Parts: sequence; C-alpha cells; structure tokens
Amino acid sequence: MRWISLISIWMIPAMVGFILLYSTWKKIPAYETFVEGGKEGIKIAVSIIPFLVGMLVAITIFRASGALEFFVGFLKPVLNLFGVPSEIVPLALIRPVSGNAALGIMTDLIKTYGPDSLIGRMASVIQGSTDTTLYVVTVYFGAVGIRKMGDALKVGLLADLVGIIIAVTIVLLLF
Amino acid sequence: MTVIGLVFAGINGKMKEVNQAIFVSARDAVAISIGLISVLVFWLGMMKIAEVSGLLAKLSRLFRPLITKLFPEVPENHPAMGYILSNLIANMFGLGNAATPLGIKAMEQLHELNGRKPETSRSMITFLALNTSGLTIIPATVIAIRMNYHSAQPTEIVAPTLIATFSTTIAAICIDRFFYHRRAKRRR
Repeated sequence: MRWISLISIWMIPAMVGFILLYSTWKKIPAYETFVEGGKEGIKIAVSIIPFLVGMLVAITIFRASGALEFFVGFLKPVLNLFGVPSEIVPLALIRPVSGNAALGIMTDLIKTYGPDSLIGRMASVIQGSTDTTLYVVTVYFGAVGIRKMGDALKVGLLADLVGIIIAVTIVLLLF
Repeated sequence: MTVIGLVFAGINGKMKEVNQAIFVSARDAVAISIGLISVLVFWLGMMKIAEVSGLLAKLSRLFRPLITKLFPEVPENHPAMGYILSNLIANMFGLGNAATPLGIKAMEQLHELNGRKPETSRSMITFLALNTSGLTIIPATVIAIRMNYHSAQPTEIVAPTLIATFSTTIAAICIDRFFYHRRAKRRR
C-alpha cells in the first residue's frame, strides 16, 4: 500500500526534475521556453468556457428534472435479471457525464454498503476503469473549436457502455 | 437532452430546482475553466521545454511501432505523436491534471494536421476513444476512498480495474475501427 502512495507523490516532481535536467543538458533556455508554452494555456482555458457552460447546464437540467431517475427506473428490472444490483445504475449513467458527480455517487455507495461489499467493489472498478467522455469531448474539442463531432461522441459513449459492462462482469466473476 | 429535461421538470414539478441548476452549473463551468488555467499554464510550459529539447520526440520514437499502427495518418516525427503519448502516459498514472493539458495540445496538433477544418478527423476520434476508455495503472483516488471507509483490502480492486480498463481500451479501439470503416464505405 505504501509504495503506491509513494509513487504517486514522487511521480510529478520526478517528471518536472527530469525535463529540466534534460533541457539543461541540451542547453535550452528553460525559463523562456516555459513562459512561451505557458502563454497558450490561458488562451485555451478561456476558449473552453462557452463549450463547458453549454454542456454542463444541459447535463444538470437533465439530472435536476428527474429525467435521469426515470431512465434508471427503466433499466432496473433488466439488470436484476443478470444478478447486477440496481444500486449501481446511477453511477454507471453518471460516470461518462460528470467526474465529480460520479465520485460523489461512488463515495456514497461505498459509505452505505461498505467498501468490501459487491456493490462497493463494483463501484470502485467502474470508477477506476472508465472516464468522463462528455467532459473530455467538450474540453478537447472545445479547445480547438470543433463543433461537428462526427462519430466521436458515439464511439466514446459506446466504449463507456462496453467498459461498464466489462467492469460489472469482471467483479461478478472474481468475487 | 435539455428539452427532455425541461419536459420532465414540467411533469415532475421540479421547475424550481431546474431554475437553480441552470445558474449554479453555468457558474461551475466557468469555475472549472478558470481552475484549469493553472494546470494548463504549468504543464504546457513544461511540455514546451520537453518539446524544444527533443525529449518528446525521443518518447515517441520509443513507442513508434505501436502508435503508428493506431494513428496511421500522423507522420512519424510529428510533435502530435509526442503529445498523444505523454497524454496517455499521464492518464495511466492517474495524473488527471497533467493529462488534460497534454490532451488538448495533442488535439490541437491533430487539428492542424487536418488542415484546421471545423470537423473531426480519423486520428482525433481514435485519440478520443483511447482517452474515454480511461487507461489507468493505479486508481489512486478509488484506493484512497476505500481506505477512508476502512476496507479490509483497499487495493484488491487494482487487478480487476486493470483487466477492465485494458479490455475496455481494446474494445474502444475496435469500436473506433468499426466506425471508421463504416464511414469509408459510405464515402465510396
């Protein structure tokens, strides 16, 4: 356990140190280059704002209106058939949409059912093995100003669906 | 999605909550963007050094066989390769705040390769598919939360998470390929 937290603590400083050492060795003016690259960051952050506001407002309306709950209710009987606890459904639906909300739901599930219960383990694996597709799509494409997403959203969400099915199946098989 | 939500709010009598949600979430979105400035500036500055010093090119040379298969449209020595790789590596180690700026930068390079067209290219979709499948080696946050709630074995989920995340990534690549071939067929 300790070595894992040790690695995560050392990781970033080690990377920063290595990049700087390498640039000194190659005789690159590190500070000037850093400032030049960093300037872009401000521009990108500002250009994301409208994309993120649009996406986040739409998602929150969908949740606050009770529409999400409605669709969760639909899925429950199907999942019970396969022995999947329906408590996991809200997490599975929120996971591609909002990272913070998913983390909240996962923490709540672990708190309520215990980290070593089937539900707690399933929540942990789902949280760890998928990512927030909508956020990634919005931020990455927003930053370069792409409005036509083509197949990107379909591919991302399908991958999430497969990912959650795989996560649930693996937990059912292993524990 | 918004319209469905609004209709449901009308039926469920939750207009008040929705009203509040609109403005809270809009403010949150701006706060997230502004909060990104710090990590964006720091990591883009750092990676610029890595790019200029040639470290990024070295990294892409290391993984060249794998990555050229996944991104056949990207020239081998293009800086996009370096950014794609460093984004994937940052994701694997759970360095979310480093992964986002690198991913944006990679997307920008791919956008340039696509002639700055306002639509997605094949490589962009592949890159996104890899990102959304959430490749992780150490799910640090999840382990921390499990420890908080006194799990007997907080790390027992590492192996299943690894299996899940790698199979998901393979599935994501397959799904991406499938959609690519469908697009190619339609064009003919």
